[in-house]
Amino acid sequence: MSDIIVETRHVSKLYGIRREDAMRMLRKGATKEEVLKETGVTTALYDISLQIPRGKIFVIIGLSGSGKSTMIRCFNRLHRPTSGTILFDGVDLMKLSKQELREFRRRKVAMVFQSFGLMNHRNVLGNVAYGLEVSGMARGEREQRAREAIELVSLKGWEEAMIDSLSGGMRQRVGLARALANDPEVLLMDEPFSALDPLVRKDMQFELLSIQRRLGKTVIFITHDIDEAFRLGDMVAIMRDGRLIQVDTPEGMSTKPANDYVRRFIDSADKSKVLTVRNIMITPVSLIKPDDGIDHALRVMRSNAISSVYVVDNQMKLTGILTLLDAVRAKRDNIELSKIILKDIAKTSIDASVEEIMPLAVESPYPLTVVDEEQRLLGIVTKASVLSSLL
Amino acid sequence: MNVDWLFDFPYRIKLNTDAIDKAVRGFAAAYSAFFDGIKMTLTSFVGAINWVLSHVPWFILVALVFFLGYKGHKKVRSGILYSILLCIIGIFGLWSLMNLTLSIVLAGVIVALLFGLPIGVLLSNSEHANRLIRPLLDMMQTMPVFVYLIPAVIFFGMGSASAVIATVIYAMVPVIRLTSLGIRQVNTEVVEAARSFGSTKLQLLFKVQVPQALPTIMAGVNQTLMMAMSMVVTCSMIGARGLGNEVLIAVNRIEISRGFIAGSAVVILAILLDRLTQGWFSEKKKEGGE
Repeated sequence: MSDIIVETRHVSKLYGIRREDAMRMLRKGATKEEVLKETGVTTALYDISLQIPRGKIFVIIGLSGSGKSTMIRCFNRLHRPTSGTILFDGVDLMKLSKQELREFRRRKVAMVFQSFGLMNHRNVLGNVAYGLEVSGMARGEREQRAREAIELVSLKGWEEAMIDSLSGGMRQRVGLARALANDPEVLLMDEPFSALDPLVRKDMQFELLSIQRRLGKTVIFITHDIDEAFRLGDMVAIMRDGRLIQVDTPEGMSTKPANDYVRRFIDSADKSKVLTVRNIMITPVSLIKPDDGIDHALRVMRSNAISSVYVVDNQMKLTGILTLLDAVRAKRDNIELSKIILKDIAKTSIDASVEEIMPLAVESPYPLTVVDEEQRLLGIVTKASVLSSLL
Repeated sequence: MNVDWLFDFPYRIKLNTDAIDKAVRGFAAAYSAFFDGIKMTLTSFVGAINWVLSHVPWFILVALVFFLGYKGHKKVRSGILYSILLCIIGIFGLWSLMNLTLSIVLAGVIVALLFGLPIGVLLSNSEHANRLIRPLLDMMQTMPVFVYLIPAVIFFGMGSASAVIATVIYAMVPVIRLTSLGIRQVNTEVVEAARSFGSTKLQLLFKVQVPQALPTIMAGVNQTLMMAMSMVVTCSMIGARGLGNEVLIAVNRIEISRGFIAGSAVVILAILLDRLTQGWFSEKKKEGGE
């Protein structure tokens, strides 16, 4: 068995009538827009040559309109390429008869869809067993295997539930189980987690990774999210306007981006990863005013079990900080509250990055105060929240 | 000065309507064996349904209506209301006429579905066929219904067979339209998913497209039923017996009360058929499952 399970050679997919003319223009290096203007032909894919390694997660990333969804549909021939060949384990997919294509779809590939593609007239079990059912497997056996797949995606106990009663994340687990139930060699996943909210998406990514590592399936995964691509992909391919820009490992791609487009794509991921003070700031438990008495200040600290309290004026402008020790001393010696406020305290702005404030936060004996241009107090940053943000 | 020419269309051709009529009659005569065969089949079909209906004891029908009303609408009140409505028809002495009407309507609906459902499925598959057939469907629906009566009589003579044919032509349209629409509206990813798992065309149709389109298809069936009911009085002009005929007689003799009572019975029957099937369809939809 070769290490390459799927290979595409010069695959192009054009929509329109004057496809021959369009191909000629594309060969001369015309862009997608020029071709569309000249011939009215839409270029979904042009000259894609890919080698997809066996047992790995291969991610294809691109913005909408880059041709990635068309590409993945060529692997099970939901779309038929205009030209080029696709070899699956050495078998030319273009040459399959209708009957052979059906068999190929039943045994070799299974697909997971962005908006799940589940049938709401069937329950979870009926959906998961669908692929086995159409391949003619007897009811008992297919339900047995469907149950195993359902267990694999941690949905045990939900077999009889109707699709409409499930949450988005659970629906996509059903979609994944349906694909796994067929025991395919290649799993095609078309932006499977894009419709899920971020937390659920992270869960599902983890779930997919652990299932893939356990079963060693080849996964072809489509996404527009570079974070997701780098997190999941053993290999990543970037597409733009129907063309392949670069194929590499995540490391290779971040160290040697093929061009500015790839670099910008990767930068966009790094930026989103940067945490700012805004993300980790918390609201102080209690505040006092400069003209509040010492007794009030002590009471506030005692009732909140804190050792310092922030002093702000009527406009929320930060005056300083009052520590418990100073307050106790001031009460004993009968000193006015305004005289014992510590005014020299660490301040930061709300848009500072966590990296910037790290040294300050670690050195300062009190939580950092976050203030705006007019010194109004917005919140505080504790050492604990800075450190936990690193995890 | 004579300006009449301004207000009348200046050119007209002489249509030889006699020749057309003759040709149609000749056609009917030449293939009379074929048309007689259809007529016999339909007449005995209507007869069979009527036989069954007239051999069902009245209280069983009332009980059935109560049961369906209760099942469909989840209210005892609905069941009671619908059975009382049915009893009113009987109290007016129109029970056997109702059975006659019902057998023609049911025969018409069954034949309409027999042809309409497959045609709808075929149309959903081909944008081309759809574009060709759509004007025909529009025509079938907007053509004054009386026009259907003439060829029906020529080919099938007076009687229940003609009534069924006219009913079928008129009432078939909604089930074709809504079947086609329902199948087209099935989520593309669901269809793609079914294809990607290697479904054959028939598996795709019966395991995915039809079940997914079922609510819409059922709305079409309901519409067809209602349109068949609306043909009841019209069909009595070509010899369909039953409630419609009562209305027709009442109109001819200007007997207000007779017309009103028979008309009310038609309305009650229509309401019953509509509500009971609606309840049943939505019930089906909720059950879901395999």
